[in-house]
Amino acid sequence: MSGFLSGLVPLDTGGFEAPGVQSFDFPPFFASVPWFDKYMLQAIVSVILILAFWLIMARKNAMVPSKGQFIGETAYFFVRNTIARDMIGHDFRRYLPLLIALFSFVLINNLFGVFPLTLLPTPSHVGWPYGLAIMVWVIYNGVGIAKFGLFGYLKNTSLPAGVPVFMWPLIIPLEFVSNIIVRPITLSLRLFANMFAGHLLVLVFVLGGEYLLLHSESIVNKTAGVVALIFSMAIFGLEIFVQSLQAFIFTVLTAQYISSATAEEH
Amino acid sequence: MTPLEITGSLGIVGYGLGAIGPGIGVGLIFASVIQGTARQPEARGAMMGTAWIGFAVTEALAIIGIALAFVFG
Repeated sequence: MSGFLSGLVPLDTGGFEAPGVQSFDFPPFFASVPWFDKYMLQAIVSVILILAFWLIMARKNAMVPSKGQFIGETAYFFVRNTIARDMIGHDFRRYLPLLIALFSFVLINNLFGVFPLTLLPTPSHVGWPYGLAIMVWVIYNGVGIAKFGLFGYLKNTSLPAGVPVFMWPLIIPLEFVSNIIVRPITLSLRLFANMFAGHLLVLVFVLGGEYLLLHSESIVNKTAGVVALIFSMAIFGLEIFVQSLQAFIFTVLTAQYISSATAEEH
Repeated sequence: MTPLEITGSLGIVGYGLGAIGPGIGVGLIFASVIQGTARQPEARGAMMGTAWIGFAVTEALAIIGIALAFVFG
């Protein structure tokens, strides 16, 4: 009786090291090459995989598709129809390689978070989403400036059609900040925070379950550890969903920003 | 007399406050999807696609809150 009740005493967390920002600290493999850590290795492997996949897809063009060709065609048509053509409109072909590359890169690097050999989503280090978002920012602004000229593009961005003149001092700073300054910030932080928080959630369940199962005394805690480890499989499933969704969202928003930068005045 | 002292992680309290808005927002999005499906069941596919895009954009604000709560101590 007292043995059972002693399981209800709060667990002394002196021995458990809660996962936090330090769990994402991966030192470089060789001290003389400071930029080559696990994140960079994953990104390089992902680029090699993506290049191999799309080059092989571009080559085999049987009329009756085989299984591999069908998968590649499905991926290509998904990005082309759902993202590029619906969002950008009639001259979407110029931006299709960018969107396919972005979608493939973000998807594969996100899925590294649940892949057994890596178990770390690359965008959980904030530099990777920053780089992608800066590239997208340069592209959608550059495309708009190339089409309308600098002042024409700024006028289109900061001033929606049909706004009365007395509202201009309110609308113009608001739209400028919202379109030019806030968009890359939210684009990068959305991807980073989803990967960071998701990986942290997986770590809490797996590390906490392992600690409860192996390093605690009472049977209640050990049962809780087993339940936590089993539930972490469901969290892995949730992570697959969130990672795929975030890759899709990144690409859709890029297409949306390009579309609104090149949109003609009504 | 010692004034009231509250200790703990201010970042997590900030996240809790910041999750109110996205929680209401996501509820509104999917409420409208459910109502739209009830009115016109054949439009379900197009509505669900837009619903997931809206969900990710709204959820981003809450997720930024939890991530920055960890980053800023």
